[in-house]
Amino acid sequence: MLLVPFRPMSSKVLRGLLLPAVLLLSGCQTVLMSPSGDLAVQQRDIILISLVLMLLIVVPVIGLTLFFAWRYRASNQKATYKPDWDHSTVLELLIWSAPLLIIIALGALTWVSTHKLDPFRPLERISHGREIPAGVKPLEVDVVALDWKWLFIYPEQGIATVNELAAPVDRPIQFKITASTVMNSFFIPSLAGQIYAMPGMETKLHAVINKAGTYEGISANYSGAGFSGMHFKFLGLSEGEFEQWVAKAKDGGALTRESYLQLEKPSENEPVRRYASVVPDLYPAIVNLCVAPGTPCMHETMAKDAARAGKPAGEHDMSHMEHMEH
Amino acid sequence: MSDHPDLTKLIFGRLSWDAIPFHEPILLATFAAVLVGGLVLLGLITKYRLWGYLWHEWFTSIDHKKIGIMYMVLGLVMLLRGFADAIMMRLQQAISFGDNLGYLPPHHYDQVFTAHGVIMIFFVAMPIVTGLMNYIVPLQIGARDVAFPFLNNFSFWMTTSGAVLVMASLFVGEFARTGWLAYPPLSGILASPDVGVDYYIWSLQIAGVGTLLSGVNLLVTIIKMRAPGMKLMQMPVFTWTALCTNVLIIAAFPVLTAVLALLSMDRYLGTHMFTNELGGNAMMYVNLIWIWGHPEVYILILPMFGVFSEVVSTFAGKRLFGYTSMVYATIVITVLSYLVWLHHFFTMGSGASVNSFFGITTMIISIPTGAKIFNWLFTMYRGRIRFELPMMWVVAFMVTFVIGGMTGVLLAVPPADFSLHNSLFLIAHFHNVIIGGVLFGAFAAINFWFPKAFGFRLDPFWGKCSFWLWVVGFYFAFMPLYVLGLMGVTRRISHFEDPSLQIWFQIAAFGAVLIALGIGAMLIQFVVSFLRREQLRDVTGDPWGGRTLEWSTSSPPPAYNFAFTPVVHDGDAWWQMKRLGWQRPLAGFIDIHMPKNTGAGIILAGISTVLGFAMIWQMWLLAALAFVSLLAVAIGHTFNYNREYYIQAADVARVEAARTEQLASHV
Amino acid sequence: MSDAKSYDTYNTAAAPLRFHQETEHHPENGTLLGFWLYLMSDCLIFACLFAVYGVLGRSYAGGPTGAEIFELPLVALNTSLLLLSSITYGFAMLEMQRNRVNGTLVWLAVTGLLGAGFIGIELYEFGNLIAEGNGPQRSAFLSSFFTLVGTHGLHVSCGIIWLITLMVQVKRKGLIGPNKRRLWCLSMFWHFLDVVWIGVFSFVYLMGVLP
Repeated sequence: MLLVPFRPMSSKVLRGLLLPAVLLLSGCQTVLMSPSGDLAVQQRDIILISLVLMLLIVVPVIGLTLFFAWRYRASNQKATYKPDWDHSTVLELLIWSAPLLIIIALGALTWVSTHKLDPFRPLERISHGREIPAGVKPLEVDVVALDWKWLFIYPEQGIATVNELAAPVDRPIQFKITASTVMNSFFIPSLAGQIYAMPGMETKLHAVINKAGTYEGISANYSGAGFSGMHFKFLGLSEGEFEQWVAKAKDGGALTRESYLQLEKPSENEPVRRYASVVPDLYPAIVNLCVAPGTPCMHETMAKDAARAGKPAGEHDMSHMEHMEH
Repeated sequence: MSDHPDLTKLIFGRLSWDAIPFHEPILLATFAAVLVGGLVLLGLITKYRLWGYLWHEWFTSIDHKKIGIMYMVLGLVMLLRGFADAIMMRLQQAISFGDNLGYLPPHHYDQVFTAHGVIMIFFVAMPIVTGLMNYIVPLQIGARDVAFPFLNNFSFWMTTSGAVLVMASLFVGEFARTGWLAYPPLSGILASPDVGVDYYIWSLQIAGVGTLLSGVNLLVTIIKMRAPGMKLMQMPVFTWTALCTNVLIIAAFPVLTAVLALLSMDRYLGTHMFTNELGGNAMMYVNLIWIWGHPEVYILILPMFGVFSEVVSTFAGKRLFGYTSMVYATIVITVLSYLVWLHHFFTMGSGASVNSFFGITTMIISIPTGAKIFNWLFTMYRGRIRFELPMMWVVAFMVTFVIGGMTGVLLAVPPADFSLHNSLFLIAHFHNVIIGGVLFGAFAAINFWFPKAFGFRLDPFWGKCSFWLWVVGFYFAFMPLYVLGLMGVTRRISHFEDPSLQIWFQIAAFGAVLIALGIGAMLIQFVVSFLRREQLRDVTGDPWGGRTLEWSTSSPPPAYNFAFTPVVHDGDAWWQMKRLGWQRPLAGFIDIHMPKNTGAGIILAGISTVLGFAMIWQMWLLAALAFVSLLAVAIGHTFNYNREYYIQAADVARVEAARTEQLASHV
Repeated sequence: MSDAKSYDTYNTAAAPLRFHQETEHHPENGTLLGFWLYLMSDCLIFACLFAVYGVLGRSYAGGPTGAEIFELPLVALNTSLLLLSSITYGFAMLEMQRNRVNGTLVWLAVTGLLGAGFIGIELYEFGNLIAEGNGPQRSAFLSSFFTLVGTHGLHVSCGIIWLITLMVQVKRKGLIGPNKRRLWCLSMFWHFLDVVWIGVFSFVYLMGVLP
């Protein structure tokens, strides 16, 4: 009963090392490991570099664990036994400094890459070795996470779509992102990392798609009953195809404040919709939670609040307070 | 009744027959099974006249050992519930593709994943951790009980009360559909007007009282009640980790209490802390709850690090390598765990500098954690390792945990997290560390200390079955989730379109089935061990060649733990006593001062359950009544000054003589 | 256990070590430490509420600002009542240390009355605000204000109930050990609430009115 025979330990080796390795190999073809947008490609590279850095320490640890477990099993009377050996300054320095070195490397990588790949920061390039041509303005898309569908507004083209997004290949895109009622997360895995979509707030994402194709877009933050169906297609199109795609929307109706309020109501598994025109200032009104008539806009309220914040109630109080201040 | 709608509302609040899920066959069948099972259990207890025994010996007991065992039972029972949720999710995700919508509608599925998370963290992992600390710490430090024995009993019953409310939500009303941290605005009154979130809030608040008080209790116990001679740097490592965990509990749980109280204000009183309107700020909730949430994971894992340290040095027959660096690593982790919370939401847009700060602090935690792994490694080095069940769990832990730790550090790199956040990769990561760390640690601990608690070892055959099923099952269940995460699959989805994902979910479901068998084998192990208890009997009190004081007394220990308070000269106190040929004293016993049992704890917790239930259903009259009686009983209890008694020296002598006889029969 | 020979850390030739204590070991009482730890956790709850007020304290949502609704003279009176009650509690403790039951009870009663006065004024202030339509539902600022100040008030109310209970117990049992210990705990609680209130007064009221 004292011993577990060696054989199960070796099958542990297989499971502990081979299975994850096989899984990781099959992971190479996944969308995150072979993305189509420059930002996602760089994020993939960060994942791989970090992984390799850590494997430098993880693989020896797993190996040593299994080796020591086998070497110093009780039945192996040949192995040295030192019951009171419990300290070695050299070893302890080593076991603290080895992880420390890895973390210093990883920390430097983190600091640089987090700043470089900050989603709020405008792009510097289209892809590896390709600068943004002079005069190219990013395509602006205003994204609204509704219950439970996505609304995309194109201010430049004057159109809007539901649950379908398109962009020309190699043109930088600037997403402005918000939500109507609850938190969601705007995520197109093959394009770039995700960013939260939150009501009353705006987040940003700068990205570019480098290959034509149809990609999956999802909400990556649970938002209620219709969450599972809250996905959309993202189309990477050539310039010409993109023009046609915009033209297709011109057959649709108008997105007015009234029709937005209709659209905003909770619904699940919505089909693609297109709007030929969008009422001006709809997106700012959504961000400031004042689409419905008669509701005050948040930024105005906040500006008034800020203006009143330091203002005393009356002249009398003022002098009183000044007195106390000194 | 319809003539008096106001009166009905006052008495029953929102509760009506609609709250009972007659239309959900799964729930109804579960309810029937629980009802029948419960009635059978109650019938058996009545038939064998066990009520008096249970009440006097267990429910009202303030003995830390019995309370510890009750915590463990609570944790294991709730593990069955939490696992039932898990396997339901695995099944749903394995079949719900394309036209097949699976068997769980979103309304039900969303409750299942919320309940799974809440139950596993608060009502499985926490009771197991608290139970272990309760049982082991006083024995390891040579104390007779904890510092506040009544409070200990009360804490246990408050935790149980929270668990009862979560279970009640299964059959009366519904549970939250928000995810286990209930982020507003989704958990606010507009998006979640029904009782689910209220069940969530009240069960956690009531259980939280228990957790906090138990944290205070154990910390004072460790600081004030150590045996003479035991310096801080001579405490067993498990006690050290328990100390740090309880510091974390005291410093983290108030934040949870506050943030849940604020959420309930929003829901009950219409305030605007976390709403979209009138200036509320939901991001504040996310920050606050993670300021509790991140230390919480260290509350769970630190004691397990202690368990691994004890087990590895016992079964390697060797002093723990690097005791001092182990202790400092624990302290560093304790402090750093407060500086990393933001890594749970890099994607909220805090800006690059803030994100990288929190990313790097997170990585720094892996340095002391790595040092710990190396310390265990070098404890094995030049040891003489006996592969009993606890040691097998340690090896499984070390291999599994480093993988989970690695993916954790990966998630701490913000650019990587932007792709992996909320994905199944994240799910795989934290199950990798929580199952591979906390649960494997719990199983090591159960197999290690079971003979101490019950006087017989656990059956090794069924234990090994359980071990292999669990470990293999774990890899099958969670490695596919890493792949799915890389495929861009996010968490909490109940239905998929892309058929290429299905095979991975099926593998994961297979893994879950293996784990189910592992749990089954563990239950069989308990039963078989009980039936074979005479063969597995531990008469020495020290079945494994232990090193710390708990092994110096009998198995199970007498009510007073130690006939004479031990005096400590070495970190491995019992090891030293054995080496230097300590002779067990056979005479000269003295009266021992002990705390008295009391029913106040279970009564107060019972009233708290009623109060919570009444508040959930807005039965204001009942709530007021419960509140007043809670206050009255609590005040009434303070008028009881007669809380202690003496175990007579003659009784001690009798117990010790029986042990002498037992020891003699063994040799 | 068979490896005892290789054990060389201790020289058994020296004076033999004693491994148990023949007399009963009485560990120090941990109640005061335990209560202090509880207070620290309570302090964290207040820290959260202060933080929330710090975030939301200027979100008036078009509603009133602090300067428009705080009545400083009333709050000043309130503050002095509470501060005074801490002093009178101190007197009660001095009496307790001299083992004078009646003196202790009188000062405790005074403390309780001052505390009740504090609560009364606070309720009056809250009542006025709510009557004017400036309840906690009006804006995030008022939500966080009512929560922070109300939580403190709730603590003082609990303190008063506890104080009354203790007075009955001291009356019945005298100044026995457990009662003294409880008086010490309540003392810490009461002074702690005072400290928190100074924070509330400066952070909420003074800074709310100051430009």
